Amino acid sequence: MLGFVLRRIAMAVPVILILIVFSFVLMRAAPGGPFTKERALPPKVLENINAKYGLDDPFLVQIGTYLKNIIFHFDFGPSFVYQDRTVNQIVADGFPVTLTYGFWAFFFAVLIGGALGIAAALKQNTWIDYLAVGFSIGAQALPNFIMAPILVLVFTLWLSWLPGGGWWGGPGDPNSYSSYLVMPVIALATSYLASIARLTRSSMLEVLNSNFVRTARAKGLPDRTIVLRHTLKPALIPVISYLGPAFVGMITGSVVVDMFLSTGGIGKDFVQAALNRDYSVIMGITILVGMLTILFNLLVDVLYAWIDPRIRY
Amino acid sequence: MNITIKAALLGSALALASPALAAGTHPDTGEALADSQIYTYRMLDDVKSFDPQINTDVEGSHILRDLFEGLVNSDPQGNSVPGAAESWEVSEDGLTYTFKLRDAKWSNGDPVTAGDFVYAWQRLADPATASEYAWYMELMGVENATKIVAGEMAADMLGATAVDDKTLEVKIDAPRPYFPGMLTHASTFPVNQKVLEEHGDNWTKPGNLVGNGAFVLTDYVPGVKVTRERNEMYWNNDKTVLEQVVALVINDENIALTRYDAGEVDKTDVPAGQYPALKEKLPDETYSTPRSCSYIYMFNLREDGPEALKDVRVRKALSYALNRDVIVDSILKGGQYPSYNWTHQKTAGFEMPEIDYATWSQDERMAKAKELLEEAGYGPGGKPLELTLNYNTSEAHKKIAIAASQMWKQALGANITLANFEWKVHLDKLRNGDFGMARYAWCGDYNEPSTYTDLFTTTSGHNNGKYTNPKYDELAKAAKTSANPAEEYKQMEQLLADDMPIVPVYQYTQVIMVKPDLKGYPFEDLMNNVYSRTMYRTAE
Repeated sequence: MLGFVLRRIAMAVPVILILIVFSFVLMRAAPGGPFTKERALPPKVLENINAKYGLDDPFLVQIGTYLKNIIFHFDFGPSFVYQDRTVNQIVADGFPVTLTYGFWAFFFAVLIGGALGIAAALKQNTWIDYLAVGFSIGAQALPNFIMAPILVLVFTLWLSWLPGGGWWGGPGDPNSYSSYLVMPVIALATSYLASIARLTRSSMLEVLNSNFVRTARAKGLPDRTIVLRHTLKPALIPVISYLGPAFVGMITGSVVVDMFLSTGGIGKDFVQAALNRDYSVIMGITILVGMLTILFNLLVDVLYAWIDPRIRY
Repeated sequence: MNITIKAALLGSALALASPALAAGTHPDTGEALADSQIYTYRMLDDVKSFDPQINTDVEGSHILRDLFEGLVNSDPQGNSVPGAAESWEVSEDGLTYTFKLRDAKWSNGDPVTAGDFVYAWQRLADPATASEYAWYMELMGVENATKIVAGEMAADMLGATAVDDKTLEVKIDAPRPYFPGMLTHASTFPVNQKVLEEHGDNWTKPGNLVGNGAFVLTDYVPGVKVTRERNEMYWNNDKTVLEQVVALVINDENIALTRYDAGEVDKTDVPAGQYPALKEKLPDETYSTPRSCSYIYMFNLREDGPEALKDVRVRKALSYALNRDVIVDSILKGGQYPSYNWTHQKTAGFEMPEIDYATWSQDERMAKAKELLEEAGYGPGGKPLELTLNYNTSEAHKKIAIAASQMWKQALGANITLANFEWKVHLDKLRNGDFGMARYAWCGDYNEPSTYTDLFTTTSGHNNGKYTNPKYDELAKAAKTSANPAEEYKQMEQLLADDMPIVPVYQYTQVIMVKPDLKGYPFEDLMNNVYSRTMYRTAE
């Protein structure tokens, strides 16, 4: 097992390198640049800017310098658009935010989605099943860019329970920490919750109808033991392979949540950077997401081995 | 989930307590003031920079006008009034300005000196700073600015010198009657050299940033909010009423409006098309006032551009056939001005020429359009008129483009293909001449017609359609030194109407909601130069 983990980590290095080079090339290939504005900058002014950011160097030198700065100084460079801030600062400011609401959204999505899915499978074709399936289809169909404005309307304007967006500003903030979390968590968790519920239900049903469960029933095991000892673990395998990437998606934030609820997370930074052609910020967040994805896929593979004794590495 | 909601309820109960207390009456008007003097407004996007020489956007400028003070300010009506300079004189040839600085302090207690301005201006032009607005020094015509930006001369050769601590002398290359007005621009604001050198790249962080404006930066949560509070060191602090100004970043205008209704923000933008309904519901809070921006469709007149557009009759036909009233009254609905010229009509020093088709009825325009197109050999019976109209992603641009293409289809039988591009791609296509017609808009940098008219000179960085008329260029040059440039501007607009290199569509208004107890907002200023220190909240 340890050998497997080490091998996977070693493999991650070239994967990240390919990711960096590929994103770097793709980004430069996109039309326009960070300093493309309505008014074409006078050539001399543009020259000065390009010199400052090293954009006038040959392409290979640019990418070489970039890699060197990351490897030796852990420096992802300055933002081209938010010029008071570096990529390191932008990620340091935004990632804790998305990590927080993403973690809680994941927690509730798994808890509620999983419970709904299991309940629906165990009580298949009863009102519980219909309710759970109906709820998850509804939740899946309601996009978060519709839900976020509705949440603000209900919780802020009508009920005056929660601030209409923003993020906790420290001990001096008149609102509590959790009051800023409720809407982002609901907006982000809902569709994941629905997917988890449906995935859990179908995989649970499949296992419940399999031969070994029938055998267990035939030898007279109580339902409780069948579900807890024999069904749950195998039923979790497809769910877990979904949860790995889903967790990364959630903690790296959602552009909709950040945009509509003004949370200041990196979800918005990422999309804005792409639109602004803020090269260094796109690269920085791409690398972060890439590394997290590799990490959590590895974690999922390790979990497989724990759940299913037939899987060995 | 229950625990979270309970905690949230507790939190919102605490929110009712307010930190600032400032009861009393207004120092000038004598109105009774509210206890809480906090102004919160919606900002579309995060601040790009708090550095006056680096910032490039409008919302950033609003914050910079609170944190710093330039030589000249604009009053709520948009007139130039003394700022950090108490007074100024101009030499007879109009080439030398001498500014007398008032006794003022930085927020750290240092005196504000002429040297601070010299430092900031040199910094703006210096290639090492690599400011995007370095060209503004050139636009102002400060001596040697062009050579400094080009790296041919050291920054300390700039034609701005400190005669003594309180006297700043500025030499410009040609007389510019509107020069003082240009100094309201944030890129000309002073910075404190000592602070910059002490903190380096971190000098704009709250706590480090030292300004000479009426407010100091106290908190910045990226992507969430910017807070500034009264600067006790400001020379005119006695007249500042607001204790705290908060800008909340809210991207979505509909959510911003909900939060306005909930009382979380005191000023927000009205989403496109909602002005009439809101005006009826909340007449005392809904405003539509002129804003210095102009919206056009630009024709591509390049060699390799569409053949049809080389014919002025086709260009005129397209312009005449566009029913601007429909666009303004049925799509935008925010009191915008249907436009038949380029410069915003409310610009100071601008006299509208008599543009023929502006006075015609739409039926007359249609008839003339058909006639011209037929003469040119296009439309029904002639060659088909087929063009592409590029626009950048936005609901409003899309609606206007659809309406326009329908009008052209019905009136002229023209087939206009609509092409929607993301902003940077749109700009890239403009630069490369990869368009037939393209949506374009410009907001004035200062309140004087040349901020518009300069855009269609042959060498302008905006002139992507490559319109060129030597007479126009001559007039633009003459306007710079003319005693009464209004005449030149008039003739330039007349040329634009004759040559029709663009289709003027509409001129902007600022359509906003402002809480009724918030007073002193500069509604009348065409440039929308907000200074929070002129605002205050009255007791209800």
